[in-house]
Amino acid sequence: MEKRMHRSAQLLRLFGSMLVISACTFGGGFVIVSLMKKKFVDEYGWLSESEMLDYTALAQSCPGAIAVNAAILVGWRVGGAAGMLAAVLGTVLPPLGILTVITMFYSAFAGNPHVAMLLSGMQAGVAAVLCDVVLSMGRGVLSQRSAIKNAVMVAAFLAVAVAGVSVAWVIAGAALLGALLQMITRKEAGA
Amino acid sequence: MILLELFGAFFEIALFSIGGGYAAMPLIRSQVVQAHGWMTMSEFADLLTIAEMTPGPIQLNAATFAGMRVAGFPGALCASLGVVTPSLVLVSLLAYLYRRYKSLSLIQGVLGFLRPAVVALIASAGLSVLLLVLFDGQRITMANLDGLGAGLFLLALFLLRRRKMSPIAVMLLCGALSLAAGVLFGAG
Repeated sequence: MEKRMHRSAQLLRLFGSMLVISACTFGGGFVIVSLMKKKFVDEYGWLSESEMLDYTALAQSCPGAIAVNAAILVGWRVGGAAGMLAAVLGTVLPPLGILTVITMFYSAFAGNPHVAMLLSGMQAGVAAVLCDVVLSMGRGVLSQRSAIKNAVMVAAFLAVAVAGVSVAWVIAGAALLGALLQMITRKEAGA
Repeated sequence: MILLELFGAFFEIALFSIGGGYAAMPLIRSQVVQAHGWMTMSEFADLLTIAEMTPGPIQLNAATFAGMRVAGFPGALCASLGVVTPSLVLVSLLAYLYRRYKSLSLIQGVLGFLRPAVVALIASAGLSVLLLVLFDGQRITMANLDGLGAGLFLLALFLLRRRKMSPIAVMLLCGALSLAAGVLFGAG
């Protein structure tokens, strides 16, 4: 009975921690993962630092939201299926709640001319943020000096922006190419 | 039926978005604006603004926003469920494979080629937001150029890249300047 209490207390703590982290984290998956490390590795000692590093790599490699992926891995490690559920719920509820409220306001206020001015100015800011992301990430790709990767980048842009190819096909094509080339280089290295 | 469509659209978005929030953005646009017509390009740009300003992963923010607008709270729930489902399956599978083989070289090979494609996709989605800001969704001519939008964009880019200001601060500043200009000069 006492052990049961302890377990449900741990699940509650897992859920509560993810709820707070998810509700207070601006700026995407990497920020959330570093906060999770602080809480679960440094404060609670539920998993080791190297485990958390592996989980971060896995969360980034999997499709989907990085924060959700990391919550699944940590939740499973800490409390099995119930832990996974508690962690995922904690991650999902804040954005669900916050955006539900904002959407209600959005529908009511989007027609207001002052709100429209504010939003259109902020759109210019978003365009600049995206431009900044592309410049930084693009420089990262170019610095690898791989002709194939540069060609993939140009071809993907033309396919989507000019030819109107579906985004999912471009992702699948690039992934397949990467897998094939990796297998070929592996074979050559082995031979 | 619409609930199932929402679930499916966001399932697909989550399934193909690898490598963080910005990678999901072009997929959200292609599903929500192009394939289903649940939002206009301008509403999508507002969604990006809101997602950037609020905590939480962009996929979940977008799912709630689109779901609420199309089918109310049940829509938001179904779309969010669509975001989480591929992760539940694939993360468990990958974690199992990882524990078993302790090698990620094939996955890393795939990721190495996804990155340039993802950069290109973000560039393409960013370009459509930029065109919206510069030309208000009209034809691309000098006469249609929105001077205020162009000025704010250049200012924001300067502050982000040279001054390393935080994106949220830059966006708030742009919003405030646009509002001030609108009130002072009665533009728009």
